[in-house]
Amino acid sequence: MSSTAKKKGFGATIWDYLTTVDHKKIAILYLLAGTLFFVIGGIEAMLIRIQLAKPDNDFVSAGLFNEIITMHGTTMIFLAAMPLLFAFMNAVVPLQIGARDVAFPFLNSLGFWLFFWGGIFLNLSWFLGGAPDAGWTSYASLSLASAGHGIDFYAVGLQIAGAGTLISGINFIVTIVNMRAPGMTFMRMPLMTWTTFIASALILFAFPPLTIGLFFLIFDRMFGSNFFDHTMGGNTIIWEHLFWIFGHPEVYILVLPAFGIYSEIIPVFARKRLFGYSSMVFATILIGFLGFMVWAHHMFTVGLGATANAIFAIATMAIAVPTGMKVFNWLCTMWGGSIKVTTPMLYALGFIPSFVAGGVTGVMQAAAPVDYQLHDSYFIVAHFHYVIVGGIVLALLAATHFYWPIMFNRMLNETLGKITFVFFFIGFHLTFFIQHFLGLMGMPRRVFTYLPNQGLDTFNLISTVGAFFMAIGVILLVINVIITSIKGQPCGRDPWGDGRTLEWAIPQPIPFYNFKQTPLVRGLDTFWIEKMEGNKEGMSYAEPISDIHMPNNSFIPFVMVIGLFVAGFGALYNQDADKPWSLVALIVGLAITLGAMIVRSLKDDLGYHIHKEDLLNDKGGNE
Amino acid sequence: MMKGLKKWRLFALLTALIVFLSGCGKNYLSTLTPAGEVGREQHNLLLLATAIMTLVILVVVVIYVLAIIKFRRKKVGENVIPKQVEGSTTLEVLWTVIPIILLLILAVPTVALTYKFADTKAMDAKDADGKAKAVTVNVTAKLYWWQFEYPNEGIVTSQELVVPTGEKVYFNLKSGDVKHSFWIPTIGGKMDTNVENINKFYLEFDKESKDLETGVFYGKCAELCGPSHALMDFKVKTLSKADFNNWVSEMKASKNHVASGDLEKQGEDIFKTSCITCHAVSGDGKGTGIAPNLATFGDRNRVAGVLDHNKKEIKKWINDPQSVKPGNTMPQPEKINNGKKFSDQELDALAAYLMGLSVEK
Amino acid sequence: MNLKSKFTPQSWPEHPELSTAEGKNKVVGFWIFLGGETVLFATLFATFLALKNKGPSGMEFTTQNLFELPLAFIMTMLLLTSSLTSVYAMYHMKNYNFKGMQAWLAITVLLGLGFLGLEIYEFTHYVHEGFTFSQSAFGSSFYTLVGTHGLHVVIGLAWIVLLMVRNAGRGLNLYNAPKYFIASLYWHFIDVVWVFIFTVVYLMGVIK
Repeated sequence: MSSTAKKKGFGATIWDYLTTVDHKKIAILYLLAGTLFFVIGGIEAMLIRIQLAKPDNDFVSAGLFNEIITMHGTTMIFLAAMPLLFAFMNAVVPLQIGARDVAFPFLNSLGFWLFFWGGIFLNLSWFLGGAPDAGWTSYASLSLASAGHGIDFYAVGLQIAGAGTLISGINFIVTIVNMRAPGMTFMRMPLMTWTTFIASALILFAFPPLTIGLFFLIFDRMFGSNFFDHTMGGNTIIWEHLFWIFGHPEVYILVLPAFGIYSEIIPVFARKRLFGYSSMVFATILIGFLGFMVWAHHMFTVGLGATANAIFAIATMAIAVPTGMKVFNWLCTMWGGSIKVTTPMLYALGFIPSFVAGGVTGVMQAAAPVDYQLHDSYFIVAHFHYVIVGGIVLALLAATHFYWPIMFNRMLNETLGKITFVFFFIGFHLTFFIQHFLGLMGMPRRVFTYLPNQGLDTFNLISTVGAFFMAIGVILLVINVIITSIKGQPCGRDPWGDGRTLEWAIPQPIPFYNFKQTPLVRGLDTFWIEKMEGNKEGMSYAEPISDIHMPNNSFIPFVMVIGLFVAGFGALYNQDADKPWSLVALIVGLAITLGAMIVRSLKDDLGYHIHKEDLLNDKGGNE
Repeated sequence: MMKGLKKWRLFALLTALIVFLSGCGKNYLSTLTPAGEVGREQHNLLLLATAIMTLVILVVVVIYVLAIIKFRRKKVGENVIPKQVEGSTTLEVLWTVIPIILLLILAVPTVALTYKFADTKAMDAKDADGKAKAVTVNVTAKLYWWQFEYPNEGIVTSQELVVPTGEKVYFNLKSGDVKHSFWIPTIGGKMDTNVENINKFYLEFDKESKDLETGVFYGKCAELCGPSHALMDFKVKTLSKADFNNWVSEMKASKNHVASGDLEKQGEDIFKTSCITCHAVSGDGKGTGIAPNLATFGDRNRVAGVLDHNKKEIKKWINDPQSVKPGNTMPQPEKINNGKKFSDQELDALAAYLMGLSVEK
Repeated sequence: MNLKSKFTPQSWPEHPELSTAEGKNKVVGFWIFLGGETVLFATLFATFLALKNKGPSGMEFTTQNLFELPLAFIMTMLLLTSSLTSVYAMYHMKNYNFKGMQAWLAITVLLGLGFLGLEIYEFTHYVHEGFTFSQSAFGSSFYTLVGTHGLHVVIGLAWIVLLMVRNAGRGLNLYNAPKYFIASLYWHFIDVVWVFIFTVVYLMGVIK
């Protein structure tokens, strides 16, 4: 954090964050917004589990339940997991590769605001006539039949948020291709950077099919087209294909950076270099590649035919191989190391068996004939929560503790962190392990209730109890954050003591230009190398101190997104005859966005320079 | 050290749980108690997959626990710098090749069964009279009920599928509104009912359902289809071939049904003015797809798929269908009874009439 | 070195678009963006192929009786030529010939406008015949695919015109050279997509 923020008043700080293009501040924005949506999605999860705690429950109504499950899934995937990962990618990746910022700071800000206002747009549906209710997959026949505007909020909101994600993905690719410090070859990049790179490539290729699918849905619902109306020649299976061509890589978009986080944590706390680095890189690429070849395993029961099912079954099984490689490499990293069980390491240790469990159930479902039974049952719910919570959420919690010192120059309380872990971890297994059996015992997913005496009562109750444990865990984490913000002391550089990569070598608080001099990277785990050689500064330099070029802050991204936000409402209400203002909103909104783009194009924004003299004085360039 | 032990205990507990659970679930609903060839083969494949995966988990957990026990910093010393090992090609090859072999063991039966379950050629086999040899059922899924039409036999029923045991029964699956999915967990895996095409598959039923606690197998809709998705249940009655043939002829005769007794007759009159436009009461002929065929109503296990099968629940259902199954397409009584609710007496009459609609009594 | 410094043809770098960090980022980023665009169009093509000639029962519109190859061919030629003229413009940019570049870009814009005019004519013609966006799944997929391309043409034209107007008075420098370069990349991409549309939609639609 730049120390300038502290001297400013509250309003000025807000303005600073509204206009910032600094990746470290955008990381904080992502963290805050992602946490907000994570809490909303978590409350929705609790409502689901309360409703299902006993048979024939009427805690929420059938229609409302469908809205809750839809919003829970959509919020957690698009508005919580992805932004929180983006938070850590933004905070860490530029530092890891020795860059002063991302390649396109302006677009970084734009990407964030698109995600944020897209998420707000989607959630406003709760107050404007009802949330989407066709599941996060929003299969076309149901989503076309759904009354009200819920699905419209889903389609338009995700369109806005998705654009932000795509922009951020492109930004990270270019950053990693172009902005690496001298000596930071591809095969010296830390795994977090590698996984960010591959995940971004997946975003690039996976999001356009979703964009198109959502456009079809928007057109069909709001503008009279017939993509999914079979009486007019349309075909709903197209939606399923498009959604899963996006949806399956999305899983890897989420889980690869999570793998990256674990691959950073485990070597640090095992005090040992990541075992099989090059095969880890290879496995990451292979998973990313295969991730595009398997989408139809979500559609085994659609009736695509035996040949398609068989091919996709085999392709899906193949993904287990590189994933297994990763697990064994993590184990071998710990083997022969010196393991210190800190909170982040505790999460990483919790992750390995949890994720293996989620992975193997995935392989079981890859066997198409077995999936005929498992598909759309609670077994699936159990499986993907093992992957998403056991893999991704544990990574996010681990990263929160691990990278908090980088983002805020403070350490979260370790004791409280470990207690959080215990509650969350036990709660997680209690909630989801038993759901495997609910599925096998014949409980379909997405049911708002179930009849008594079908043998499902006890297990559902146990599952609900587990959810409360998880909720306690999350509340403890929030308390930990609050305590740390109030009482925490600056922790300085490399607070874990065994940092290996460049981000730990930078003096704290990290100056807004990151590196006074561009570092020279001399190998994998460059900070470790310098430390072992007794270099107190922790870095070698590739250049003498000289002027640093920095981008200007800009309010334009915010304005552009507000324009789209307004236009979104226009498009959404365009079909209602009683809302003639909708067309005006659509036009005005698009005009605002377009105007902002034109201003951006016409105004030359060359940035500014921090002069060498200012860098050399005590304040190190901070005014 | 303690932590490692805890993991072991957890794992042993889980293993015990799996063993315990494999005999669990209700034998009319659970996939773990298959009552047909398809379900049994899927169950066997599930067991094979579980076995392989348990092996994988075991290997991982052993290495994991040993690593945590042996290489804790407390044990190796606070200031020890471990050897920075780069990797090992041998190990990499090992944990690439062994999983591939394990997956191949799983892949071979997977592919074989995938093709086997998709083989519906026998549906087209015709006997000398041009009648299909195999029992075929055309399933139409509607918001939130199921129509079962038997094209060869020329009969139609709904909500309760009746099938013969000991032979392959073929299904043509289609949706009448939004996408649903047809699933009888105990008998075999599911298949979607799409809006734009007909899906075909087959199932086999081994066991006669009359021996079950509930007298029927439970069927479910497995694809989110609207508010009452959870309530879109159907039931499956399996009969011996002889009983099935008997049932078919009773179904054909159901067009001659007459109400007996004053109450039933009154019910029939109300039915004929208010309900008959949507509901047929004869099982003879083709399905209309408008509303469930009620020819077998008196024989059913449940009212509207979910309520207990008695007159009280019938009255509750007719009096306010929306409160039972939100979003369903059955009109509220005001819509079909000149703007007012049925009186309690009228409901009694309707219930009596409906309970009398039976082909099995 | 200032981004806006004046150059002579001799001091002007061989790859002006890549000679600054910003330029490199822009060019690499734009190529990657085009990768995403390719998937976007691939999705639209796949949908078109799935829904081609599909409509309500008894629909009379098919690719055969709807499309006119000569018109599509003229449109193709216009766009292909405009791609060539934008190559000339880039040739002049690399030689630090600002006027030449602007002139060839102007021709590019005119050819693009010609293409757009014909496309609008084509669409209105279909709509008059009753083949509309809402008429069938075929109509929806056709207008979405070709219309998305048309929208790209509009954006491309607006972009190039904006660049030309904005920089008319200031000439070439290392700040705007990458901007011109990626605009021309975009224009080429639009052209390539059209070649596929001509082949998949029109040629494969008419010839059977």
